Amino acid sequence: MLLELKDVSKTYPTGEGPLRVLSGVSLSLARGACVALTGESGSGKSTLLHLAGGLDRPDAGQILFEGRDIVQLGESDLAAFRRTRIGMVFQQFNLIPSLDVAANLAFQARLAGRHDPDWCSALAERLGLSGLLGRYPEQLSGGQQQRVAIGRALAARPKLILADEPTGNLDEATGDAVLDLMLALQAETGAALLMVTHSLRLAARLGSRVHLSAGRLA
Amino acid sequence: MNVRWVLLFLLAIAAPALAQGFAGLGTSAEGFAMPQKAHPPVFPGDHGAHPDYRVEWWYLTANLTGEDGRDYGAQWTLFRFALAPGTGESWQTPQLWMGHAAVTTPDQHVSAERLARGGIGQAGVVLTPFSANIDSWRMDSRAGPDSDPMSALDVSAAGAGFAYRLGLTATGPLVLHGDRGYSVKSAQGQASYYYSQPFYAVKGTLTLDGRDIAVTGQAWFDHEWSSQPLGADQSGWDWFSFHFDTGEKLMGFRLRDEGAGFTSGTWIGADGQVEPLPPGALTAEPLEWAEVRGRTVPIRWKLSLPFRGLDITTRALNDAAWMDTQVSYWEGPVRIEGSHPGRGYVEMTGY
Amino acid sequence: MLWQAFTALLSHWRRHRLQLAMLLLGLALATALWSAVQAINAQARLSYARAAAVIGQDRLSALVRVDGAPIAQDTYIRLRQAGWLVSPVIEGELRFGSGRLRLIGIEPLTLPPQAAQVDVSADDIGLAAFITPPGLLVVAPETAARLAGEATPPLRLSEALPPGVALSDIGIAQRLLAQPGRISRLILAPVQLSGLPPLATIAPELVMRAPATESDLSRLTDSFHLNLTAFGFLAFAVGLFIVHAAIGLAFEQRRPVLRTLRALGLPLRALVALSITELLVLSLLAGVLGVALGYGVAAVLLPDVAASLRGLYGAEVDGQLSLQPSVWALGLALAVAGTLASAASRLWRIATLPLLAPAQPRAWSRMSAQALVLQAAAGTGLLAISALAVIIGHGLVAGFVSLGAMLLGAALLLPLVLSLVLALAGRMGRGVVTQWFWADTRQQLPGLSLALMALLLALAANAGVGAMVGSFRLTFVGWLDQRLASELYVTARSDEESDLMRSWLAARSDAVLPIWSAEEKILGEPVQVYGLRDHVTYRENWPLLAAAPDVWDRLEAGTGILVNEQMARRKHLRLGDELTLSGGRSQTIVGIYSDYGNPKAQAMIGIDLLLALHPDVNRQRFAVRIAPDRAAGLAAQLRDAFALPADNVIDQASVKAFSLRIFERTFAVTAALNVLTLGVAALAIFASLLTLADMRLAQLAPVWAMGLTLRRLALLEVLRSMALASFTMLAAVPVGLALAWLLLAVVNVEAFGWQLPMHVFPLDWLRLGSLSLISAALAAALPALQLVRRQPSALVMVFANER
Repeated sequence: MLLELKDVSKTYPTGEGPLRVLSGVSLSLARGACVALTGESGSGKSTLLHLAGGLDRPDAGQILFEGRDIVQLGESDLAAFRRTRIGMVFQQFNLIPSLDVAANLAFQARLAGRHDPDWCSALAERLGLSGLLGRYPEQLSGGQQQRVAIGRALAARPKLILADEPTGNLDEATGDAVLDLMLALQAETGAALLMVTHSLRLAARLGSRVHLSAGRLA
Repeated sequence: MNVRWVLLFLLAIAAPALAQGFAGLGTSAEGFAMPQKAHPPVFPGDHGAHPDYRVEWWYLTANLTGEDGRDYGAQWTLFRFALAPGTGESWQTPQLWMGHAAVTTPDQHVSAERLARGGIGQAGVVLTPFSANIDSWRMDSRAGPDSDPMSALDVSAAGAGFAYRLGLTATGPLVLHGDRGYSVKSAQGQASYYYSQPFYAVKGTLTLDGRDIAVTGQAWFDHEWSSQPLGADQSGWDWFSFHFDTGEKLMGFRLRDEGAGFTSGTWIGADGQVEPLPPGALTAEPLEWAEVRGRTVPIRWKLSLPFRGLDITTRALNDAAWMDTQVSYWEGPVRIEGSHPGRGYVEMTGY
Repeated sequence: MLWQAFTALLSHWRRHRLQLAMLLLGLALATALWSAVQAINAQARLSYARAAAVIGQDRLSALVRVDGAPIAQDTYIRLRQAGWLVSPVIEGELRFGSGRLRLIGIEPLTLPPQAAQVDVSADDIGLAAFITPPGLLVVAPETAARLAGEATPPLRLSEALPPGVALSDIGIAQRLLAQPGRISRLILAPVQLSGLPPLATIAPELVMRAPATESDLSRLTDSFHLNLTAFGFLAFAVGLFIVHAAIGLAFEQRRPVLRTLRALGLPLRALVALSITELLVLSLLAGVLGVALGYGVAAVLLPDVAASLRGLYGAEVDGQLSLQPSVWALGLALAVAGTLASAASRLWRIATLPLLAPAQPRAWSRMSAQALVLQAAAGTGLLAISALAVIIGHGLVAGFVSLGAMLLGAALLLPLVLSLVLALAGRMGRGVVTQWFWADTRQQLPGLSLALMALLLALAANAGVGAMVGSFRLTFVGWLDQRLASELYVTARSDEESDLMRSWLAARSDAVLPIWSAEEKILGEPVQVYGLRDHVTYRENWPLLAAAPDVWDRLEAGTGILVNEQMARRKHLRLGDELTLSGGRSQTIVGIYSDYGNPKAQAMIGIDLLLALHPDVNRQRFAVRIAPDRAAGLAAQLRDAFALPADNVIDQASVKAFSLRIFERTFAVTAALNVLTLGVAALAIFASLLTLADMRLAQLAPVWAMGLTLRRLALLEVLRSMALASFTMLAAVPVGLALAWLLLAVVNVEAFGWQLPMHVFPLDWLRLGSLSLISAALAAALPALQLVRRQPSALVMVFANER
């Protein structure tokens, strides 16, 4: 197994007392798997994704990545884990505005110390960004930005891609095109994909689907 | 300069009297000399200044008639005040000098004042030849070497809007008041040295607002010095100097106190014969009051001296003859009506 | 509805308390420094006015001698007897121990009431005590404190007198000044009699001098106060950067609220009015705080200022600060005006805000390349104006115009320069983090540029003024060494004692050099003229800037005259020019000497000539040459032989130490204002970083998500701030040098009348650099610390659409 969540719970403090977002969720993801994570608003989808990516820690439970419990990792090991193992794609793209497209694409790979210029230019080619490498994020359309984000996530050859509503800010046609590219690249690189979406139509295009409801897997 | 310190002068004059009374026969506690009945004034020496006495003045008042036929009055006064007895070198001299000058017409009264320190030549009195001055105001003798220095004088003064030059010639002798010049000023015995030359014939020029007026008339000169002229409860005085048409003169004063007051004076015959008036012989009563510069002052008097058959009233040439000086008082010419018509001057202080 | 809208606007500040605090603090600080300078200046002017009003000099005419010599007392008597209403005054300097006193002797009986400041008849004075020996000295309370224990006549206090002035009777003053029968001037009563004999027939040597409408002191010290004012403005400008930044941020953050309010039906006019009202409330609040704070600063600085003015100009300034309505009014007005000016562009944008603009928040801090270039062009224009002002302009005002244009121009150029430097650095960087660091730093620039401009101004001012003061100090110390060549400086208590001492010393020392001077009127101005005895001391040491070859021989021969630099500059004098002394004597200028620390004209002639012109010159002061190792012994012998007080024999080292102390105090105020300005600039950076911190989170979170630890990010944030500060410091160096040059070569010459060689002090720059690095690090520390302390949950909020 690539990723195993065992009995994971997470509570957030809020103004009206603690809010339990996840309660005893267990989930496994095999290498190369392609899973959609669906659920209502507030069902804990994003939280689960963040926990899996090492952005946050659960209150209880284990998160095993390739058999190692990342919950136990220190801050810098966790950062290294994110750098080298995970590729993230966000709804708001979250590119680095001060860097151009080329630098954004290569950013995480270079951070991880596994920058491969050939791979990067191949990615750019595949994502249709070759003509845009010198541009800055603010000069790109939403779809273009998200393609850069996907490239950035894949450049370091991560084991797992975590995508949070990657097409949520795009119109349907653009979204579908972006999703196609992501799924194709995922398949080519053999990385696993866990994608949060509230759209059953999109979820249906992935290999399998888990549904989260009120903090529990259905 | 302000009023307060000048008042201090006058307080300095009056205050020791409060404390000393008549006790210090010879000198006051501050070392000032005191008038002595046994030592009458000697002339010409005593025309000069007496720096060992606290206060002294040379006082001239003139009743004048202009070429225009109108009545005029003129005043020239030099006061000396001693902060301490004696003289000193230059500025260290403790003598202060004050001059007052005024001209009175029926519709105008103009006055001026000068202040000066002694010891530097700005003001003072020198004896030979006699000369008294403060700044440009002068009183110079032009008498011959064998006559009394005061028998002929040139007097001049100038202030804002007025000036005068008067030539004075005495037609009678000097007059010593009281007991050969020892003039008692209260029932308690305060006294001063006091003499007059009331017999001046005057010829001169007044200048009023740039206009010269030739004048003639009569003038009266007083010289008085003392160290304690006022009694403790005396609030002011009324002083009269009259030239009667008969050629006779009268000097009278009334020192006001909480009681009946103290009056005294001298009757002077046309030949200069002197008759001191005993205290209380002369009576003086205000007949009419007027408001002058915010003060209420008598402007008509009734005076009587029964044993001389004197029963007169006075009328001021100008009710507003107020001396607008640091220490202010009323001083002006009067016309006399009644048993002895004539002209004269009245001075009223402490109102 | 208006109230509702107003509270909606104000609610912003409740949620952004730090922002509010920064806004208020920035404005308050700016107002404070400005008000402090104003309060100090106002206090000084008050003292000058009081000094000028002493015995009515500012209102009454006076008679003086054409040649400035004393008037004989006989002349006074002659005038009085001619009917002129004049009152005599004698004025002179009295030394008590180490202190000096301006003694004014009046004649209270003739003094016109307009000239009587002190009521000598008051109970505690009294005319008799005032005019009869030993007399009284009437002085201000603080003067009395300084005179405590000195052998003066009895003292009486009067608040009406300026400090350092004593009033006494003229007779007493003539004795104290040892000038019997002498009068300095005759005050004319305002109303004189008509038909007076003309002055020419009574006292032809006298002329009428009109009342001094402006005192010499206020003229002399003008430049000093202008300096302070310039600093006050600089500090205020730096403070306004903070205000501008804070208001700008608040506007951007409230843009949606503004739009909502309008959408809900609030008229545009009402919205603008509310915004202005809000600004007024805030600026008044900060203004009151600032002026109060300013008085605190002024109270702390005033003793130094007073000491400076005394040391530099001999001007006495009351050490007690009084509250002046004008300072309050001006301070508040400036705070309000400054705020409104800073907010003008934002108000304009509120007024032109489209109701239905896209709701997407625009990055407030983004500045287009075009704007950057435009701003730089404006900056270049200002630099050109600055250069023109130096080349074409004259006078102190041109100097300050040039200075201001240069500083502002440099500040406007800064963002472009920094942007280029950062681009270059990014290109040269190798690692991915390095590249991102520079790229991100450059992106931060617009948001920080105002604060950095403020920092540039503060740093340049510090560096420039530091170089100016340092150059001055070096020159001054060298000059002191030349000028104070004698081993002992002696002040006798009388001319007679001085004669005895000098004959006593003749056999016991190498040389005795008189330090005698008299006042002459040269070219219509009073000039202190010293007599020099020809001696190797002068030939070898005297600091001549220009000299004829046989300067000392011609001086000794009585045909030459030396003038100080100030006088030469002011009157455009050159070697070979002729000057006329009293008695119509003509002298050739054979030398010009430097005379730092003295604002007044001064000249030197041979001692024989001085004695010929002024036979009765004050002979009390002289200098003694002796082998340095024997100086202390001789000083002790001299004190014993003449029972001299210790202060009357001073050795060279003490005089130098004293002079240097005055010098240091002179610039203590400048230094203090400098530090405060730097503090304000540091605060500006802090405020900007703090307000940017929230925005920053969205930019940092992705980098964190991709695998950089918060600790490292925080460290980079601090480094970023330090990098910007150090680049700014580098940019400040040339600006500071230019400023130093302007101060030394333009402003000083105009203000003081002397030019100084410029020195550079690299160590000072280094110290300043470290200081700015530390302040930048400190300013970034709090936001960085906040970043490290962030919970992951707060960071993931950036990405989260839901939980």
